[in-house]
Amino acid sequence: MTAEEAAVEAVSDPVAGSRPAREGAPVLEIEDLHVSFPTEDGRVRAVRGVSYRVHRGEALGIVGESGSGKSVASLAVMGLLPRGAEVRGAARVLGEQVLHLPDEELSRVRGERIAMIFQDPLTSLNPVYTVGRQIAEAVRAHRAVSERKALERAVELLGAVGIPRPEERVRSYPHELSGGMRQRVVIAIAMANDPDVMIADEPTTALDVTVQAQVLEALEAARRHTGAALVLITHDLGVVAGHVDRVAVMYAGRVVEEGPVDAVFSRPRMPYTLGLLGSRPRLDEERVRRLAPISGAPPTLLAPPPGCPFAPRCPMAEDRCTAEEPPLRSVGAGRTAACHFSERLEEDGADTLFGRPDRAPPSTAPPAPDGAAPLLSAKGLVKHFPVRSKGVVRRRIGDVHAVCGVSLDLREHETLALVGESGCGKSTTARLLLRLLTPDAGTVEFEGADIAGLPRARLRRLRQDMQIVFQDPFASLDPRMTVAEIIAEPLRIHGLYRERGGAADVQRLLRTVGLGPEHGARYPHEFSGGQRQRIGIARALALRPRTLILDEPVSALDVSIQAGVVNLLEDLQEEFGLAYLFVSHDLSVVRHIADRVAVMYLGKVVESGPADRLFTSPTHPYTQTLVSAIPLPDPRKERRRQRILVTGDVPSPSSPPSGCRFRTRCPKFADTLSPAEQSRCIEEEPPLDPWAAGHLTACHYAEERALWSEGP
Amino acid sequence: MLVFVIRRLLVTVPVLLAASMFSFALIDVTGDPLADLLVQQPPPSQEVIQAERERLYLDRPAYERYWLWLTGIGGNGDIGLLQGEFGPSVQGPAFDVGAEVAARMGVTLRLVAAAVLLALGLAVATGVVSAMRQYSVVDHTLTFIGFLALAMPTFWLGALIKEAGVWANGQLGTTVFSTIGASAADTRGMDLWERIADAGGHLVLPTVALMLTGYAAWSRYQRTAMLEVLNSDYVRLAHAKGLRRRTVMRRHALRTALIPLTSVAAVTIAEILAGTVLIETVFQWRGMGTLLVEAVRTSDAYVLMGWLMLAGTLVVLANLAADLLYGVLDPRIRYE
Amino acid sequence: MSETVRDGAPPPPRGRLRTVAARFARHRPAMAGLAALAALVLFAFAGPLLWTWDHTVSGEIPSSAPPGPEHPLGTTSAGNDVLGQLMRGMQQTLKVAFTVTVLATVVGSVWGAVAGYFRGWVDAVLMRAVDVLLIVPLLVVVAAVGGNVRGGTTWYGVALVIAAFAWTPISRVVRGVVLSLREQEFVEAARAAGASHARIVFRHLLPNAAGPIIVAATLLIAVAILVEAAMSFLGFGIQAPDVSLGLMVQHAKTAAFTRPWLFYPPGLAIVLIALVINFIGDGLRDALDPRQAMVRS
Repeated sequence: MTAEEAAVEAVSDPVAGSRPAREGAPVLEIEDLHVSFPTEDGRVRAVRGVSYRVHRGEALGIVGESGSGKSVASLAVMGLLPRGAEVRGAARVLGEQVLHLPDEELSRVRGERIAMIFQDPLTSLNPVYTVGRQIAEAVRAHRAVSERKALERAVELLGAVGIPRPEERVRSYPHELSGGMRQRVVIAIAMANDPDVMIADEPTTALDVTVQAQVLEALEAARRHTGAALVLITHDLGVVAGHVDRVAVMYAGRVVEEGPVDAVFSRPRMPYTLGLLGSRPRLDEERVRRLAPISGAPPTLLAPPPGCPFAPRCPMAEDRCTAEEPPLRSVGAGRTAACHFSERLEEDGADTLFGRPDRAPPSTAPPAPDGAAPLLSAKGLVKHFPVRSKGVVRRRIGDVHAVCGVSLDLREHETLALVGESGCGKSTTARLLLRLLTPDAGTVEFEGADIAGLPRARLRRLRQDMQIVFQDPFASLDPRMTVAEIIAEPLRIHGLYRERGGAADVQRLLRTVGLGPEHGARYPHEFSGGQRQRIGIARALALRPRTLILDEPVSALDVSIQAGVVNLLEDLQEEFGLAYLFVSHDLSVVRHIADRVAVMYLGKVVESGPADRLFTSPTHPYTQTLVSAIPLPDPRKERRRQRILVTGDVPSPSSPPSGCRFRTRCPKFADTLSPAEQSRCIEEEPPLDPWAAGHLTACHYAEERALWSEGP
Repeated sequence: MLVFVIRRLLVTVPVLLAASMFSFALIDVTGDPLADLLVQQPPPSQEVIQAERERLYLDRPAYERYWLWLTGIGGNGDIGLLQGEFGPSVQGPAFDVGAEVAARMGVTLRLVAAAVLLALGLAVATGVVSAMRQYSVVDHTLTFIGFLALAMPTFWLGALIKEAGVWANGQLGTTVFSTIGASAADTRGMDLWERIADAGGHLVLPTVALMLTGYAAWSRYQRTAMLEVLNSDYVRLAHAKGLRRRTVMRRHALRTALIPLTSVAAVTIAEILAGTVLIETVFQWRGMGTLLVEAVRTSDAYVLMGWLMLAGTLVVLANLAADLLYGVLDPRIRYE
Repeated sequence: MSETVRDGAPPPPRGRLRTVAARFARHRPAMAGLAALAALVLFAFAGPLLWTWDHTVSGEIPSSAPPGPEHPLGTTSAGNDVLGQLMRGMQQTLKVAFTVTVLATVVGSVWGAVAGYFRGWVDAVLMRAVDVLLIVPLLVVVAAVGGNVRGGTTWYGVALVIAAFAWTPISRVVRGVVLSLREQEFVEAARAAGASHARIVFRHLLPNAAGPIIVAATLLIAVAILVEAAMSFLGFGIQAPDVSLGLMVQHAKTAAFTRPWLFYPPGLAIVLIALVINFIGDGLRDALDPRQAMVRS
């Protein structure tokens, strides 16, 4: 170990630049940390020998998928693991061992030296106290100051994390603030005592992408303000790329690679890192190539097999890999990796290693030309949901305007993506198209026939042509049915089960989605998320539909699993000539899979057009902010990118702003428009008008803006 | 707030009305107020029976009687809930139901209030200790006691406690525990303080017996609520801020875990009300509970109806109080 | 493997059932409760076949005899064998409790499922009716109705009266579960495939609500036992010469320190039955609750 430590120490951080260089002893040092939990099936070894150190002012990213142990390790440092967890090893804050400290002494360290930011801002704050009081409480836990002084400090902190009108906001209760605001309050609490280290555990995962940008900005402000080191735990390679100096990749309870962020991203030395980078679609990449999925799923940590935990999924694996677990060893300047054959990776990229063929040339039947009659066509769809008061007397006190006049065309064999942030109405639109919800106004035509007013029997016929795949692979399969029953159910409902070949057809469907026929007899809970999603796709394909509505089909899956499902969807489209309506908030995946994109904001389509155009030269300010807010898994580009930050939160859909709905957050409205121009935005709602061929935009002052500065 | 209360009360009116119709029909079908009279020896004359039937308005059809019972329109002035009259009793024209209820209500409410307060205090303490030491010996013991309380028949425990009091008095040769009635047989000559002490003394044993119903339900509930809060993110954050464990428990965990108890407590008050029927029987109190038992025994239809309506109203009010308290404790709930 | 996916009746959901059974088996109080309940049922129903005396008065039985070899639990002043009474009383109590539970669970489940699935005015009407029934405490209303019946009631009469008012909590539980289940994506998937209301309710919703229904039903058994006993104690349930546990307590209510053999057996029998059933209910809840990932240490 000592040699590596020396190597780690020796490296002069090439990217630190403006940031203070590492000096002296680390502020946080974790050494050979082991954590295990008792579960019904045995002890889970969640963390198996993790070591890392963070120096003053430095930012360390910890990347891993769910179950990699990345959060458990930091909770162990804070002494916040649930009872029953067994912790071994050392965690030192400024040289002081903090594991197993008694409560009295631990509470001296927590909040004062080391602060933590949790994932879910909606549950992190106590609902019964004002946010000011909760910040003041953190101050007074370590400083003998009056409540009034502490509240003044709270106002100051709220201002520092970018909350407007902080002196009013201190008196707000958490439920009166949006998710992004609450997360900034949590950051303010973390800053309260100028800690030496802040640990942020997936701080933006629960947030929308434009809000994520704001919260990351607040996190940066917190670092500037306090000079604290940062440990940023996330599954999102893009978030890490732009905000840390060094990165540690975790897999199956261990750190498998660690080093300066630029080096790790550009030349990974562990196949898992390489696979992770290669399996993620990128916003800055044309859609010509297929994703390189990592086969299989992470191992169970109940009884980890001997050898490298990644070996079963690793294309380089040899006999030695399954026999002997590789130690984390030095692989060059300031870098460590846990791979027996790390050196071989100096040349190989993910493409060669994981086999990433170029995409098949545009299929035999290309998307129909613009002029062709659409398969599915919606005009002026409107859907309002009543808002009722709480309590016994549930009066209707307003309406949520979920969808307000959306028109869409889906053509044969094409993929139309419907994108937007949560609450923009994209999922509601998808359900309206399927008639899972009945629109309040507007028409939906399938092959020219209006389906909005169809009676139940005719509607059932239509179900054979249009099917849906859901987001949550754990909720979308009935836990009381076998997989074969689940896939057969649509056939039985339509009386087609025998006609189509019964069990044989179910087996064919299972094979189609990459599962084995033996899987049919099992129950959903025996499958991983990715496999379940394949079962959901098989069910949707059972009736041989021509259109699939995909409602966030990969959002709930781990990165290394997503790629396989995306590739499957592409293959199925080729094979069966399907048309996809792809609903997603994940622009990187959309960029990879979509032919055309429609962007929604507060129940309206604000811009639509060919995917390439929308991602390279969007015209609507909202699309521009959306695209620029997506973090890229590329540290160099990420640092050089121009960012358009929006302020504030999405207004309530029950009382949208007048005129242009985006104007309250629009950077163009705020920064470049004259008062006269602004009044047009306030008074007049911009129509969705053609901008270029097949490109529509709903902005009075639309203009193309190139978001990518070219170059290496 | 006031608007909320009024609206909330208005909503319960139809529910209470429907409940009254339903109860009226059930009582009418299942029992005959004249049954005791008819089996009297020697048999009363037809005139007496007819007079009694008319006094109790049994000569009118059921729907008319219900209307009469509710409004008193067309009656003899002794009936009509909306006019504050409960109706005639089979006990005879001299038996004033309203006065009887008024006298007995105070006694019963005293018992209910004492039992609720004691049960709440013990249940919260138990639940908190249990949750903080989950799966410890203390927790297991308290949990077992909770289960035992849940399985304990109130009347049997009441009888046991009462006899234990009698036995203890016998052993000590003096009356330490009052085991019969809500107060001394003769309270004349006592000043206010003596009366209060007397009533308090009579309250002790019945309260202990009655408390069990509420304690059993609430301690389990408080433990669950507390455990849920202890595993919440905001308690984790409170720890992460550097607050001492004790501060976290008091300020964050307990404070929040008490909120859901309010609505559960309101629901259980109905059960405690039912418990008074048993406890008053055991300890021979002249309260609402024994009034119910007597009314059932004699098929005293109007007294029964009055009792059920009062109980229903009490339950409704308890729920309303819980809702209002909830609004005070939880800033997320605001009544416009 | 193809035979496992052949057409016809689906195989029982072994995977899940096994997990639940294994979890339940690990819950020691619940397993002990199950064994104790089996022993109690055997005692109440098979005991009378083996024992000399039944619950009735007999001239051959001495009056007010303390426990002895002839009468292990002693005798009453009227000349009943307390052991014989106890068996009979437990039998009656158990019969009432199980009948109440079956009736109330069926009615409550259907009522709640219909309200939760259709929502809107159907839900409003059905649940207002539940409010109406819930407004008066259970014991009070069953005592008022049951005691009002002249000439006493049989055990099934008592069971009917209790069941008529005891199903409402079940309906609330089922409605709540169905309300959340119907928003789940697997139900939406069935709708997207064109499934009928009946198919969704019976094929998807009710099987998935089975866990909470079973737990609520188990706990209802204990409630029914206590309510039946209290009714008998007040003299509004099963009438002499038949016996029930509550009636036995009523007759012996002042005997705790004078003739304890009359007082303790019926009271402890009620406590024991209610206790073991609550333990079983608790074990079932833990076994069916998916959040039970951590093992007790």
